[in-house]
Amino acid sequence: MALLEIKNLHVSVADKKILNGVSLSLSAGEVHAIMGPNGTGKSTLSNVIAGRAGYEVTEGEVLLDGKDVFAMAADERARAGIFLAFQYPVEIPGVTTSNFLKTAINAKRRSEGKPEIDAMEFLKLVRAKTKVLGMPDDMIKRALNVGFSGGEKKRAEVLQMTLLEPRVAILDETDSGLDIDALKVVSDGVNALRSPDRAFLIITHYQRLLDYIVPDHVHVLVGGKVVESGGKELALQLEAEGYARYLSAA
Amino acid sequence: MAAKQETAAAVRDVEQYKYGFVTAIESDKAPKGLSEDIVRFISAKKGEPEWMLEWRLKAYRYWLTLADQEPTWAKLSYPKIDYQDSYYYAAPKQKLASMDEVDPKLLETYKKLGIPLAEQAILAGVAVDAVFDSVSVATTYKKKLEEMGVIFKPISEAVHSHSELIKKYLGSVVPYTDNFFATLNCAVFTDGSFVYIPKGLRCPMELSTYFRINEKNTGQFERTLIIAEEGSYVSYLEGCTAPQRDENQLHAAVVELIALDNAEIKYSTVQNWYPGDADGKGGIFNFVTKRGACRGKNSKIMWTQVETGSAITWKYPSCILQGDGSVGEFYSVAITNNRQQADTGTKMIHLGANTRSKIISKGISAGKADNTYRGLVRIGAKADGARNYTQCDSLLIGDQCGAHTVPYIESRNPTAQTEHEATTSKISEDHLFYCQQRGMTQEEAVSLIVNGFCREVLQTLPMEFAVEAQKLVGISLEGSVG
Repeated sequence: MALLEIKNLHVSVADKKILNGVSLSLSAGEVHAIMGPNGTGKSTLSNVIAGRAGYEVTEGEVLLDGKDVFAMAADERARAGIFLAFQYPVEIPGVTTSNFLKTAINAKRRSEGKPEIDAMEFLKLVRAKTKVLGMPDDMIKRALNVGFSGGEKKRAEVLQMTLLEPRVAILDETDSGLDIDALKVVSDGVNALRSPDRAFLIITHYQRLLDYIVPDHVHVLVGGKVVESGGKELALQLEAEGYARYLSAA
Repeated sequence: MAAKQETAAAVRDVEQYKYGFVTAIESDKAPKGLSEDIVRFISAKKGEPEWMLEWRLKAYRYWLTLADQEPTWAKLSYPKIDYQDSYYYAAPKQKLASMDEVDPKLLETYKKLGIPLAEQAILAGVAVDAVFDSVSVATTYKKKLEEMGVIFKPISEAVHSHSELIKKYLGSVVPYTDNFFATLNCAVFTDGSFVYIPKGLRCPMELSTYFRINEKNTGQFERTLIIAEEGSYVSYLEGCTAPQRDENQLHAAVVELIALDNAEIKYSTVQNWYPGDADGKGGIFNFVTKRGACRGKNSKIMWTQVETGSAITWKYPSCILQGDGSVGEFYSVAITNNRQQADTGTKMIHLGANTRSKIISKGISAGKADNTYRGLVRIGAKADGARNYTQCDSLLIGDQCGAHTVPYIESRNPTAQTEHEATTSKISEDHLFYCQQRGMTQEEAVSLIVNGFCREVLQTLPMEFAVEAQKLVGISLEGSVG
């Protein structure tokens, strides 16, 4: 059974159809990349899976381990193991990154029937992970995303992903706004998380990110539909040819 | 002989009048309503000296002249209060000498309210003067404090044991003519805390009092007086939670603080009176007059308040900065949800040279609530070099609540500097979704975000209080979204 199964998904926003029957199947251990031009529904797909309000699912379903994702509230989906790394992470004034992380970790632990994380254990864990991601120690004392640079925000997203150990991680244009060094650090972080019981859905404009995070499958999303699927070589082909031929066909 | 008998008869009459309805004195509750007899009853119940009774009566008579002067300038709307429809005195069955004698049922109530009194006193080293239904029933750590010369006791006892201090300071910051509610309090106050910190002593423990309302329809009229002698320091905590009830309850407390040369008083409050149900039914009407006088040079008074309860909050903890170089600070979190209304802020009155004040106010409004910051910064003509910084932030949750900021700034000295900053923000869907995507429920998310918003204020609270306050912030806003 696939870990995440998207079946014939149709989604509208304010009566405008955005997704027109998307089907994808992600097995544990796999990395899938979704590529496509602007305005083709890539972010809609990630938001609908994560449960953001304002999207109307008119047809189709999404299953996590065979369970109906749409029957769960956004926070339940998160605790069930769906993680979305945001394209534009919001700033939360006054809430330290450390406090935010601890609250998130404890929300998950509580749903698993585990006690809250010990303060020392938490600190040790976070320190180890921030080090890997090249984040300064005092960053977790700063208010989450407030005054963070583009690169810092994305690192903070990957840090959260690392600590929450999701089953399915969706990265929504994580490469946008990153310089090449940050891109490498973030990619290393993601690669370190690749594991046989986890799946990734990586949404990106450019092939560049896929040089660092090598996908098992690449899908082309155009006009709210998957128009072509292939291996990692498809990404290279798109880089060379662009999306013109899909757009003219659509 | 005849003259002597006449005198005796007159005295008898006076005595009778003094104690009013003799039989009622035996009961634990005065009859409903307010009259000179009730004032005498309260005073007699406490066995007060004549001068105290006289002061109460002066206040009561003055209050009668204020009948149509109940303040209406606040942005609050509530039905007219019938002052004859309230009880003004209720006492527990008997007065106890120590914690051991406290009714276990009473302690059980404290526990249910989430404040394990006994435990807290032992674990946190907090001396507790617990007020339950107007009369103090338990005082702990009394001995330890006594040895250091600290006086920390119910004001009803201090009236007897330290009458000179009471005479000197009671009403010296909030006179009996101050305002409608304060005047009422002067007439009928039942009990409260008295604190005296001797010269040069840094009080090594936080002093705290928990207030409760438990008796049905009982007006609560607490009176607190804190005096910090030269070079002393004290941190005082006041916190309240009240069990649920249906009828509106009147609460008009007065707190007076006096800081002499180089003394510092830190006064922290967590206020969680019953706010009424979701439709605004029931709930406490809280009209409080809190004022501190920085009488001495370089003295300092710091108010921190976390206001989450009450249907109506009318409260402006203030500082009169008389001494040169004195400092006043006000840190406030006011949360209103459902139909709650709060009109709260501070007054910083700069009289001395080089006086400084700082105001940090965080108002959070949810549901159909209204939240108003009202503040006055007044710089007197002699306050050379006075400085004020004010920051008022409002946070809205939902689209049916209101936030208002009404700052008054009056400066009569050209060398003074005042600054005022204000922001209004809203908890957005994006914020909530982001937190939910990390596994938090909506309520956890609101609590986290609001606690972040209030952090600057909450971190001024003493540690054990801060933890309680953080939880309270979350609890107060339950059901405010979704």
